[in-house]
Amino acid sequence: MQMNEHKPLIVAFCCNWCSYAGADLAGNNRLNYPAEVKIIRVPCSCRVNPMFILRAFQRGADGVIICGCHPGDCHYTSGNYYTRRRMAMLFSMLDYLGIEKERTRVEWVSAAEGAKFAATMNDFVATVTALGENKRLEDLRCKK
Amino acid sequence: MRKCSLDKLQSVFAAVNEKMPIYLPANGSDGKAVYTKWAEGVELSDSLNTVRSPKDFFFPQTENMMEFKTEGKTIEIIDVRDEKEDFVIFGVRACDVKSFEILDRVFLTDPVDSFYASRREHGIIVAMACTKPSETCFCQTFGIDATEPMGDVSAWKTDKEIFFKANTEKGEAFMKAIEALTEDADTKEVEAQKEATKKILKKLPLAELDTKAFGGGKTSEFFNHPAWAELSESCLGCGTCTFVCPTCQCYDIKDFNTGKGVIRFRCWDSCMYSDFTRMAHGNNRNSQKERFRQRFMHKLVYYPENNEGIFGCVGCGRCLSKCPISMNIVKVMKKIGGETK
Amino acid sequence: MQKITKNQLLDKAAELLDNGTVTAVLGWQKGEFDYDVTPALFENKEELFANFVWNDFCGANFSKYLIKHTRKVEGKILVFLKPCDTYSFNQLLTEHRFDREKVYAVGIPCEGMADIDKVKAIVGDGISSIDCGEKIKVTTIYADAAVEIDGKDVLEGRCESCKSKKHVAYDELLGEEGDVLDSNRFDEVARLEAMTPDERFAFWQNELSRCIRCNACRDVCPACTCEKCVFGNPKSGVENKSPANSFEEKMFHIIRAFHVAGRCTDCGECSRVCPQNIPLHLLNRKFIKDMNECYGEYQAGAEVGSRAPLVNYTTEDLEPGEVFDRRDTDA
Repeated sequence: MQMNEHKPLIVAFCCNWCSYAGADLAGNNRLNYPAEVKIIRVPCSCRVNPMFILRAFQRGADGVIICGCHPGDCHYTSGNYYTRRRMAMLFSMLDYLGIEKERTRVEWVSAAEGAKFAATMNDFVATVTALGENKRLEDLRCKK
Repeated sequence: MRKCSLDKLQSVFAAVNEKMPIYLPANGSDGKAVYTKWAEGVELSDSLNTVRSPKDFFFPQTENMMEFKTEGKTIEIIDVRDEKEDFVIFGVRACDVKSFEILDRVFLTDPVDSFYASRREHGIIVAMACTKPSETCFCQTFGIDATEPMGDVSAWKTDKEIFFKANTEKGEAFMKAIEALTEDADTKEVEAQKEATKKILKKLPLAELDTKAFGGGKTSEFFNHPAWAELSESCLGCGTCTFVCPTCQCYDIKDFNTGKGVIRFRCWDSCMYSDFTRMAHGNNRNSQKERFRQRFMHKLVYYPENNEGIFGCVGCGRCLSKCPISMNIVKVMKKIGGETK
Repeated sequence: MQKITKNQLLDKAAELLDNGTVTAVLGWQKGEFDYDVTPALFENKEELFANFVWNDFCGANFSKYLIKHTRKVEGKILVFLKPCDTYSFNQLLTEHRFDREKVYAVGIPCEGMADIDKVKAIVGDGISSIDCGEKIKVTTIYADAAVEIDGKDVLEGRCESCKSKKHVAYDELLGEEGDVLDSNRFDEVARLEAMTPDERFAFWQNELSRCIRCNACRDVCPACTCEKCVFGNPKSGVENKSPANSFEEKMFHIIRAFHVAGRCTDCGECSRVCPQNIPLHLLNRKFIKDMNECYGEYQAGAEVGSRAPLVNYTTEDLEPGEVFDRRDTDA
């Protein structure tokens, strides 16, 4: 009951060339997605260093999502292919350490997919809300 | 002197625990002894000593000192010091008891470190005599008697019984807490144990190691010793020796930005690290040789120079067994101390 | 336990020093006791014959030292490499960390190294001598008679699941060449994977909470060769000298394992040197196992110049979500 009251904080790393514009489109089309999602624009999804993700959790994020161009559509040809491998491995490691795998996600959202962006965020926020507060990768000093 | 049988030991812990928390070496999940807060079922470890030294109790690896909160143009300084309650550390070996004296000389001389002082004041040390020293032990080198540990209470464990003797007022308080469980004892068995242990101590491989070559005023003699290069050649520059050492006392003070305020904390630092004592102009020790030399010169020359000849090492042997490349103070002493061994 | 003798190594080293092939020898130096062996650079025969040692406690992997020593020493360095060390050697060459021309590598067979803690668990404390022959003969100050131990009973954890007795790099090989072994090294990882997330969390929380951030794992690691580590750089924003809480404990180990993923040869030095006995290799092995399963078998250091899975891709790779599904369907 109490869990449901917790408003999660979601960090979304969005590629400048696709999902960031996708978020814009979602806004232009007046599609709703939760205000708990904080977008950080990156030049390419492969700019996201594993440290960014851990730091987001440290600073109070309850979920982290990375949005990039669809495989094959990377502005820099191959960046998102690297993202795919890196994040697959990193998320698997977080799961191995017992951290809920639902707290992390990678989605491919193009600039034309405003609706997908909104749907993805709605779904992700619902998933993380159901999980409740991030306890396993938290830094209590940042929560006071 | 008072004694009680070993099967009453758990009751002793329970009795003390009624009044204050008691910490004792217990085997962790990896089978190594670690100081653990007593609760029902926590057994005293048979190990000679813990991997981490008990200095954590007085000088923890990290500790928050204060917090800052800013609002507009005002900065609020928040004191995060919590009220300390008395606590007991049980089963401290003679070497580690001596290490507290070495730390005291650093933290309790003017300006007194109030964080350390407060913990020290509230800690009651129950020291345990050794009966089975390891080959890595060399406390005798520093004049420590492993069979007669100091501390607030000295204790001796035989096969069936445990003997207690209070040395200080704080120790008396501990004795009082367990009075109902103990009975008066003579010193015969303890004396016999001491004799037996002393014979073993003489047989230890490092029994002959002495400090004659070292001490205050020897800086120029050893600083440029050619052997430093060779001794430090394989040093990885990790902090294992400094972090398991009961007498290493260097720390760094840092600020952590929580996003909502700032926490000022201190944490152990290691002279083996490349940014140790980094200043505005950069680092003053740029090679691992210089860092390595600093650690041993500090223990063997600088510390005694400032502290009436007392050495900054207690011979607990932790660095001997834990150094990844097995380079340690004994090898340094033998190499640069020359023929005096 | 070792099949090759100290004299064979000494003779080879002396020969190469004499004929001018090498000017220095990277080897193990004897210590106070018979088990506390230190890596050392011997620059002449006198030092070599006085202090060189080869026994069941020579676990140190020399590959990383080559970076430092090849920059310093004039001429070639003779380095003795056990099979697992040769993988690190190749990996460092792949990363152009030292000049191959400045090294003369002699491959030596290894029967596995002994763990002094395991020896002590059998004979007790107070070791006065250890004689490493076919059996390990240990005397202590507490017992009159020596105890004979079979080396196989006190193997270091990493040697129990040795992945290869084959040398993948050398200029010259002493003794017999072995084979890549069918090792059980991923069993423990699989056991953890089969646990529930809560159990895994409890397991790692317990293990990592012992970390004292001495950085020994990082500093000994042949894959950790950054000139300045982010965790040791005050300007990086994440530098921490000691873990303030469980978050910082995890962050360091996750990032370190990730940074060496694909480059880690699984030499096991991290777990060997950890003063707190944290099974750090289980983090690295998890990455290796995942990469093998998702992107095809890959052994870092098996050859020079190979491309690690994390700096490579195919257009058909699994999606991050499918990596979990893969396991869920397996189970």
